[in-house]
Amino acid sequence: MNQRLPNTLSNNMPKTYPTPGGVHPPQNKAQSTSRPIQQASLPAELVLPLSQHAGAPAKAIVAVGDKVLKGQCIAQAKGSISAYIHAPSSGEVTAIEPRAIPHASGMQDNCIVIKTDGEDNWCPLQGCEDFSQLPASELVEQIRLAGITGLGGGGFPTAVKLISSDTQASLNKAIDTLIINGTECEPYITADDLLMRERAQQIISGIQILQHIIKPSTATLIGVENNKPEAIAALEAAIAEANANNITVVSFAGKYPSGGEKQLIQILTGREVPSGGLPADVGIVCQNVGTVAAVHDAIVLGKPLISRITTVTGQACAQPQNFEVLIGSPIAHVLAQAGFDASACQRLIMGGPMMGFTLTDTSVPVIKATNCLLAATEAELPSPPPAQACIRCGMCAEACPASLLPQQLYWYARSKEYEKLEELNLFDCIECGACSYVCPSTIPLVQYYRASKADIREHKAEMHKAEQSKARFEARQQRLEREEQEKAEKRAARQAAAKAKLAAAAQAGGEQELDPVQAAVARAKAKKAAKAAAAETEAGNSTAKPETKPTDEAN
Amino acid sequence: MSLLNVSSPHAHRPLSTATVMQLVLLATLPGIAALSLFFGWGTLLNLAIAIPLALLFEACVLKLRQRPLAFYLGDYSAVVTAVLLAIALPPHSPIWLVAIGIGFAIIIAKHLYGGLGYNPFNPAMVAYVVLLISFPVEMTQWAAPLSLIDSGAIDGHTMATPLDVLKNNNSELVADLFAHNPGFGRWAGLGWEWVNLSFLAGGCFLLYKRVFTWHAPVAMLSSLAFCSLFFYDGGSSASKGSPLFHLLSGATMFGAFFIITDPVTSAVSNRGRLVYGALIGLLLFVIRAWGNYPDALAFAVLLMNFAAPFIDYYTQPRTYGHKAKQPPSKEESH
Ligand code: SF4
Ligand code: SF4
Repeated sequence: MNQRLPNTLSNNMPKTYPTPGGVHPPQNKAQSTSRPIQQASLPAELVLPLSQHAGAPAKAIVAVGDKVLKGQCIAQAKGSISAYIHAPSSGEVTAIEPRAIPHASGMQDNCIVIKTDGEDNWCPLQGCEDFSQLPASELVEQIRLAGITGLGGGGFPTAVKLISSDTQASLNKAIDTLIINGTECEPYITADDLLMRERAQQIISGIQILQHIIKPSTATLIGVENNKPEAIAALEAAIAEANANNITVVSFAGKYPSGGEKQLIQILTGREVPSGGLPADVGIVCQNVGTVAAVHDAIVLGKPLISRITTVTGQACAQPQNFEVLIGSPIAHVLAQAGFDASACQRLIMGGPMMGFTLTDTSVPVIKATNCLLAATEAELPSPPPAQACIRCGMCAEACPASLLPQQLYWYARSKEYEKLEELNLFDCIECGACSYVCPSTIPLVQYYRASKADIREHKAEMHKAEQSKARFEARQQRLEREEQEKAEKRAARQAAAKAKLAAAAQAGGEQELDPVQAAVARAKAKKAAKAAAAETEAGNSTAKPETKPTDEAN
Repeated sequence: MSLLNVSSPHAHRPLSTATVMQLVLLATLPGIAALSLFFGWGTLLNLAIAIPLALLFEACVLKLRQRPLAFYLGDYSAVVTAVLLAIALPPHSPIWLVAIGIGFAIIIAKHLYGGLGYNPFNPAMVAYVVLLISFPVEMTQWAAPLSLIDSGAIDGHTMATPLDVLKNNNSELVADLFAHNPGFGRWAGLGWEWVNLSFLAGGCFLLYKRVFTWHAPVAMLSSLAFCSLFFYDGGSSASKGSPLFHLLSGATMFGAFFIITDPVTSAVSNRGRLVYGALIGLLLFVIRAWGNYPDALAFAVLLMNFAAPFIDYYTQPRTYGHKAKQPPSKEESH
């Protein structure tokens, strides 16, 4: 498969495309890059939220009291978008209960709690010597069973992305470009940088597996910001070593948020993912470098995803650095290893300073998507001053990578004009925070957008519900009318039959005439029946009284 | 340890609205200095009346609207309005004129519309137009350049501005005007050219500081230059003045960098600001050349303030992923 591409020399840098907007916040990456990745120690207790990925929560398949081995599956994916979860170390399941989980809302959710036994005993692993012998579907299944989710922060199940690109390819147009995201544009975070520096071979091997699955017809590009020369050099060395000439490292001048999936696709290919669509719609699959390394571990070594690289940084940490952390480690345990000073920390962020969310509880665990723990002091990230009036300076619009008009969105978000918001494409906002970052009036713009999106979604759901019940009501109405009509027809038929009978009898009785009294009674009866039928229909039309509720509501 | 619970982003660029306003104030200094140097301390006097009055009015209205005083006064927007109006008014304007203007700008044009950010019209320009219509005599007497008064080249302390002279001229060649009329300097009006260059310098400083983008000013100046080139007529007696004359006359540079860049009342997108600026330049020229007022910045700006929402509607930038123009991907080309 190496022959599919003309040999691209690494010094012959492929073209990149300009993108709108973007900001240049201080990088603050040097703090955590001076030390190599360190293994974080084994915590006494691991807490594994059943919902730590995008999609449906996983379903626990162990019970309290069960002994588990490292790497053993403890929860299964439930539904089409979900992910498997594995025991990150050996020990005993001590609880399956709601615990505080890392989430912007600070909520609790079901977690499997494992008391580690300190042995760190692996379950038997089955790696694969030569993945190229396996069919793509088999590899995707193994990736699914390994519980791999997007490690860049999104947490979307990787296998789902690969399957959908698979079906996409057969349905629509083939994937021509595989993009590996090593951009890591958010300040402070260096997890991917260190991973690329130290484990470039793993990454390249993982990429080759994905190439085998996806078969990109044109190119495989690794996008890296040019502020990571060591990472770029390491990747290029690994490419040369693996003789993987069809993989190209593309570096470009950094700005935030060039690492957003949509932005990176635009930078590397000039294509835009259609609004509401997927990268596959424009022939692209995009994966993060960390995810790719996990794919290598899963396929080649047979190891499920039980650990990840997390940057622990901020001025409240004496030794900021990157750790390889077991998923489920309480963050207090991880922070302690970086010399965390709780009294100095004023804001604790999971993720980076642009898109991360604050934590108020250090007992929450590291999850698959935790790329950074930022323990910041007040001096480092000062408390936001009160928002001032929007002076419509347009700095936000200039910063927006999606070419939205944040000041207009803000205006309509405040007045809750949802239609206007949709006209201004609120749902194309990637919540990158570039607009809030530059706003001289320190308006928390993104907060308004999130709230408005939630409101609109809710509103839509309600509308949908209302529409459904309206449709149900109308269907029922039609059925009632139909039944009524049938009844009336039957009645008419019956009457006609009676009349015919009567007429026949009269005829049979010779000269005997039709009794006029009897005829009048019959007429009155018919009238009354018709009236009653009309009244019934009307009642059905004007109300949906419970007593008239038919049993087959479901249609 | 009490951990903050706030939403992203957590980092913020250290450029506040108050800083923006301070930079704008700072950038007006060269222009104010040039005005004082060539036309005397009348503008400084205007400023000395306007600024305290503006703060006073602002404070009163805030009090009435029950808003925190220090917080809103601290955004400097009232001071900026005062400074812009004081610069636009003729030097040595009577106190009552300044007071009425400031009152109108702050109370009516700004707060009656809901305060900073909600006002559809530029407060300083609204006040200017109200004064010009109500008190045309006071408003059209511009101080004569100091040098002419000192040398006794003219009588009195005011004289027609070069824009006036050119508009009313129908017998002399432009070159002769420059040669004979004491009010003309090297490229435009005596003194005016330096005032404009000073405002240009201040504007460049603000561009450098990224307080606003280049779109509106460049569009306005280009369209003004283009229009005047079209009607220059080789400097005949029917000439409407050279591009350079227009660029360096009256309120051109002040308007381009300090008035039409007022974000609140202009178009919002960059493309919109190009249109907005270009139309102001066009209107400015049309009114200068054929209108009843010698300089027309305020009218041009107010008209376009009015049109800004329409410009916005038609210049909404194309959002990512919408009607995307895609470069042909490889498999489509074979
Ligand atoms: S950056 Fe802030 S003040 Fe400026 S237009 Fe945007 S929201 Fe308004
Ligand atoms: S948060 Fe949304 S509106 Fe703001 S810059 Fe990012 S994409 Fe644009």
